[in-house]
Amino acid sequence: MKNKYSIFSLIKNAFSYHENWQKAWKDPQPKKEYDAVIVGGGGHGLATAYYLAKKHNMKNIAVVEKGWIGGGNTGRNTTIIRSNYLWDASAGLYDHALKIWEGLSQELNYNVMFSQRGVMNLAHNLQDVRDLKRRTHANRLNGIDAVYLNTEQVKKFCPIINTSPDIRYPVLGGTLQRRAGTARHDAVAWGYARGADEMGVDIIQNCEVKGIKRNGDSVEGIETTKGFIKTNKVGVVAAGHSSVIANMAGLRLPLESKPLQALVSEPVKPIIDTVVMSNAVHAYVSQSDKGELVIGAGTDDYVSYSQKGSHQIVEGTLNAILELYPIFSRMRMLRQWGGIVDICPDASPILSKTSIKGLYFNCGWGTGGFKATPGSGDLFAHTIANDEPHKLNAAFNLNRFVSGDLVDEHGAAAVAH
Amino acid sequence: MFIINCPYCGERDQQEFKAGGEAHIERPKQPTELSDDEWAEYLFMRKNIKGVQFERWNHAHGCRKWFNMVRDTSNDEIKLVYKMGEKPPLE
Repeated sequence: MKNKYSIFSLIKNAFSYHENWQKAWKDPQPKKEYDAVIVGGGGHGLATAYYLAKKHNMKNIAVVEKGWIGGGNTGRNTTIIRSNYLWDASAGLYDHALKIWEGLSQELNYNVMFSQRGVMNLAHNLQDVRDLKRRTHANRLNGIDAVYLNTEQVKKFCPIINTSPDIRYPVLGGTLQRRAGTARHDAVAWGYARGADEMGVDIIQNCEVKGIKRNGDSVEGIETTKGFIKTNKVGVVAAGHSSVIANMAGLRLPLESKPLQALVSEPVKPIIDTVVMSNAVHAYVSQSDKGELVIGAGTDDYVSYSQKGSHQIVEGTLNAILELYPIFSRMRMLRQWGGIVDICPDASPILSKTSIKGLYFNCGWGTGGFKATPGSGDLFAHTIANDEPHKLNAAFNLNRFVSGDLVDEHGAAAVAH
Repeated sequence: MFIINCPYCGERDQQEFKAGGEAHIERPKQPTELSDDEWAEYLFMRKNIKGVQFERWNHAHGCRKWFNMVRDTSNDEIKLVYKMGEKPPLE
């Protein structure tokens, strides 16, 4: 039984110089057999394991992670959470996640630092204005809070934005989702890991999957660097490496893995108390609790697994940031990094069964998976436990690329993917 | 960022180029005969290899010609470039 984190446990542990805190999760060796194995120990994978154990009573399960948990895209994203998507299917999926975010710290007894500071999306030309207004209406019809702001209201909400009509991409308006915001990305992985571990889930780090064993059209187990693990259900949540795992099972996916970059500045006093995103110039910025500006750039256009992107991508983003926020012109950037994102042709994820019985894929989140972490885990757990999708992720099946029933969020989803 | 050896212009900065995805995907010869599965395979499914992959690139801000490239996607090392229409190297 885990000790509950509270003000009292904090005081109690202060007397022993914080040296006797209980381990948040064990470091077990893999058992010979599990009822289900999740491949990938990022936020989505750990959340899947957590909800499998909690809601579907599957306790004999494992999460295998080739590195350390939360060390991939979970620890590399810009932590933005929102649900203002255009299409009904996406709105359902992302707002399901947002509703879980709202109670997540309490549920996990782990502070994920969810902060509903609002997300504002800017319009820079007439088509942007029309698109954003249309999306605002669509959001409201789906019960998602959204308001359209004119230039003055944008300036009032975030005073440091340059709203001069003379700039290259003038701000003509924007949308605001007040329930949106940010969370602490590492805490999400750690919180889910701690919760899953408490319910008996084995979290096995430094364990890379090398092969998927099939018996005809069913899964029999996985080959890993820590030996063979027998299981009838494998849920793959491997983000940028999804195609690599799919190839092991002889499957093809409609994915391309590309580098996505982000960077943070030196820490400064509070200057921006919301998240501002711009689709047209592809720049988005928020400020972390440490005071760093957190800036997201775009993807490169070539396939790469190198976790490095091109310099001109960062340069283009910073050009746009400086034009929109002249106050940042003397800020110095501290760190810059890349992650590998798996992008679907319709910029929507895949949460689906496959043609192989017992093999499930949760992938294709592209540049925007972090916001969906709790919802994705919940719905993927449902799909694995029942061998059927939940109604909220039914549209995100793999067969949509054959039927043509795509969820085309490219350019519709408030930011270019 | 890397330097790309355009088969027409020589070595240029990557900024001048546009990546065009997986190479040697053949356009269906008889589109009317294709099943939905075959269309999906042609339009959407990609190898997305971690390792040596065949790709198309376009020298967009140069000669604007398309060409092929063999590149290791795990470290972005370019192995070879060759012109459109030329046979892909065997290994």
